[in-house]
Amino acid sequence: MTASLRLRAAVVSIVLLAVFLGAWHLATRSTGTAANMSPEYAKLMGMTATQGKSAMPGPLDVGAKLWEHLKRPFYDNGPNDKGLGIQLAFSLGRVMLGYLIAVAIAIPLGFLIGMSPLMSKALDPFIQIMKPISPLAWMPLALYTIKDSSLSAIFVIFICSVWPMLINTAFGVASVRKEWINVARTLEVGNVRRAFTVILPAAAPTILTGMRISIGIAWLVIVAAEMLVGGTGIGYFVWNEWNNLSITNVIIAILLIGVVGMVLDQILARVSRLVTFPE
Amino acid sequence: MSIFDDPFDADSRVNAGCICGQHRSPAEHEHALRALRCEPVVESAEKRYENVVASAVLRAVFPQAATRRAFLKSVGAATALAAVSQFFPLKTATEAFAEAGAPEKKDLKVGFIPITCATPIIMAAPLGFYAKAGLNVEVVKTAGWAVIRDKTINKEYDASHMLAPMPIAISLGLGAQPIPFTVPAIENINGQGIVLSMKHKDKRDPKDWKGLKFAIPFDYSMHNYLLRYYLAEHGIDPDTDVQLRSVPPPEMVANLRADNIDGFLAPDNICQRAIYDGVGFLHILSKEIWDGHPCCSFAASREFITSAPNSFAALTRAIVDATAYASKADNRKQIAEAIAPANYINAPVTVLEQVLTGTYADGLGGVKTDPKRVDFDPFPWQSFAVWMLTQMKRWGQIKGDVDYKAVAEQIYLATDTRKVMTEMGLTPPKDSYKSFSVMGKPFDPTKPDDYVASFKIKKAS
Repeated sequence: MTASLRLRAAVVSIVLLAVFLGAWHLATRSTGTAANMSPEYAKLMGMTATQGKSAMPGPLDVGAKLWEHLKRPFYDNGPNDKGLGIQLAFSLGRVMLGYLIAVAIAIPLGFLIGMSPLMSKALDPFIQIMKPISPLAWMPLALYTIKDSSLSAIFVIFICSVWPMLINTAFGVASVRKEWINVARTLEVGNVRRAFTVILPAAAPTILTGMRISIGIAWLVIVAAEMLVGGTGIGYFVWNEWNNLSITNVIIAILLIGVVGMVLDQILARVSRLVTFPE
Repeated sequence: MSIFDDPFDADSRVNAGCICGQHRSPAEHEHALRALRCEPVVESAEKRYENVVASAVLRAVFPQAATRRAFLKSVGAATALAAVSQFFPLKTATEAFAEAGAPEKKDLKVGFIPITCATPIIMAAPLGFYAKAGLNVEVVKTAGWAVIRDKTINKEYDASHMLAPMPIAISLGLGAQPIPFTVPAIENINGQGIVLSMKHKDKRDPKDWKGLKFAIPFDYSMHNYLLRYYLAEHGIDPDTDVQLRSVPPPEMVANLRADNIDGFLAPDNICQRAIYDGVGFLHILSKEIWDGHPCCSFAASREFITSAPNSFAALTRAIVDATAYASKADNRKQIAEAIAPANYINAPVTVLEQVLTGTYADGLGGVKTDPKRVDFDPFPWQSFAVWMLTQMKRWGQIKGDVDYKAVAEQIYLATDTRKVMTEMGLTPPKDSYKSFSVMGKPFDPTKPDDYVASFKIKKAS
């Protein structure tokens, strides 16, 4: 039954994709010659003007271009033009750095907040205010104070991805079942040992959920941050191609951003499956 | 005898005079003419340096002009040159002269915005002008004018491409904290245009433009001042009758296509790109508003100049050299190909070629030719700065009194650039101020306040 459900879902997915691609292809077809113009004039004009080609690329254009990129993902033509593989590596490096700093701060702090009702109440208003701030709003402030664009990008990733982890860790730690803590207390387990052997395993699934939300946010933020600071990364690639009005490359970048985001999410989903336990 | 004349020419007369009577020889007259346009006088810089050095040496050996000529006459120029180089290491001297002081910092970062105004800054990398000046320069593409300002202030860039009024605005603390900036060289003159959406094909008279929305690249830009000037001359108040929006150049074409704006005064390749994509047509070139107006500049902070004067001088030499190269029409095609790839401007070669060679499609079915559509001239005329200040004042960006001359001389380094150009064997103009006229109205740099007061349409202050 499950196998056939999976099969049917796959069929529906493929049909949906085919319908989407077909509609896209039809919508972006050329409309034939747009206007009659002298050949020397036509030579100076683009395809959209001369052949009535749609300004939006069709799925075939995107596919061909994607193949071109996949064939040579690591070329390096100087500081402003690198292959997609290199750009993605730069973005991933930034995301990882900002994210790891966020993990290193959010989890211990989350423990503190979760274990102390006083701190939890005291810090709550700050967390609630900082949480919904958009990464783009942080950017000018970061650039102005840090005075270094790549550090600013990492800071923005950090500040945006720290909150879900902090809140989830605090929540997970606070809601460890009282019985387990009491058992530990009866066995005279020390504070540090209690935190590592009882609370951490019990709160791990909630903490990992927080980490999973955070990595998603970090990946969302990197594109916006790199579009602003420029230089390297997939966000810069989008901006650079937008400069050239190359919508084909922008669509490819969008696709890749989605795929990488999905992979990151799946990795953490795997890890969180490792730490879940049946009650 | 000018320093650029062939020192081994025995027949050169001392008082030959020229057609206009202002120069001592026809060669000097021709040279001054070329220098006005900043064309290099001798093809290669090495040859030029060699001439300058050899001339100086020969003059030191024979201080008397008569003796020198007699010596040259008796032995011949080639022998003289060989003789001089026997006891004087001409080659080493030329090299030492070309290098000047060793740069304190060799690896430099220079920011640019991907538009054809930045041509000299960009092409100096692929065509080796930085390397020739002994520098290893990385040219970094940047997302917008505000970002380039912040990155240069934060010292991530040692110098950068900026709109000509930006260093003035930064130095005065308009839209940023005040930090002394300088302009050692102008990048391009002309090279902008007003593009209108195809639907306004029949609305060519600016008097009918009330209520339209226009895009400009930045508040502190020549584009802003030129568009405002143009509108105001046609009786349209740019603050109340039309909407002016600051839009990053690449988004202008997309906005024009989406009908969010009716037109823009933008830097080139953007204008030509809108035409290339069939979105708009060229109403006028900015050249028709003010022929020879500056647009973008090469800017560095004063701190960079004081902390690394030799690097700064080498950088200025490279830019001046590149600008001189770019000013030659024959080189334009090669330049278009060098700067078109994704690493630099990232635009179709056809578009860049149309901009740089001046043979372009106007968007209405015609092909036009104007070799001076964009031109390159490095000399930072201080009168340019004064004009920009008058416009900043006119449109309320500066409140209160301005010491036009002091600000212009602080920021536009005409004196330093003149020195560098002289060392390079180019002849820079002797004055730092020149008067010019914008849309037929003359501008006298010595009377800026009268100029501001003479406009009917301006922001009441």
